[in-house]
Amino acid sequence: MSHPGLEHYLAVSILLFCLGLFGVIARRNLMIIYMSLELLLNAASLALVAFSKFNGNLRGQILVFFIITVAAAEVAVGLALIVALYRKRQTAHVEDLVSMKL
Amino acid sequence: MQDFSFYLCAFLTLLFGLLVVANPFSRNPVTSAMFLALTMISLAGLFVKLDAFFLAAVQILVYAGAVMVLFLFVIMLLDLKEEARRKIKVAGLVIGTVSVAALAFLALKLVHESPFSQAQAPEGSEGSALSLGKLLFTDFILPFEVMSILLLVAMVGVILLSKRDLK
Repeated sequence: MSHPGLEHYLAVSILLFCLGLFGVIARRNLMIIYMSLELLLNAASLALVAFSKFNGNLRGQILVFFIITVAAAEVAVGLALIVALYRKRQTAHVEDLVSMKL
Repeated sequence: MQDFSFYLCAFLTLLFGLLVVANPFSRNPVTSAMFLALTMISLAGLFVKLDAFFLAAVQILVYAGAVMVLFLFVIMLLDLKEEARRKIKVAGLVIGTVSVAALAFLALKLVHESPFSQAQAPEGSEGSALSLGKLLFTDFILPFEVMSILLLVAMVGVILLSKRDLK
């Protein structure tokens, strides 16, 4: 166990990003896809904070602050869309939402 | 001790993240949402390790607080019980796993071999709320104000979307 450096934080960030990406690809429930999207955003935040710390530059943290704000707005709008969709189609499962398929 | 807390937080973040997307015991969205909250809290621990105290607090308040309440509220509203019984397509799962694992391998190799990842933290670097707030209200005042408009737009949009009769 070496002293954790930038590489370690980036490794955690990459692994978390890949977990989120796997969730988006493999899961078929809209809610869980949405949670995986949150994981993706958080992985990016972790990488930004790590870069910010190891370069002695606070601007990375400012960007993360904005990411968190935008993510909150995005979650609110996205969940409202899911609720509206559920009202119309009674499903939150992506395999039932194929009316645009040729 | 310092190193140990990093490894603990990193391990917990990845473990809870895995349980969000692929929980072997339950495919209930409520379980995933709970593990997502735990992921956010462990991630806030990592932020503390990186001296980003203000962001750690915001992470817990906004993500583990507000966003999780929203998720749970919508899950309860939708009543997704029958979703748990669907079959998983094995081919898609295998292709997804292989491609994501390949991406992870490439990115980890890239980070490992690049010179910038050997950088050492400069002395006296800080992420206190004071310096962050000063920067936010001087250099970044315009994005900050734009963000408030974004929140207003999101609020109006959500109200419009949740109206029962969309005209």
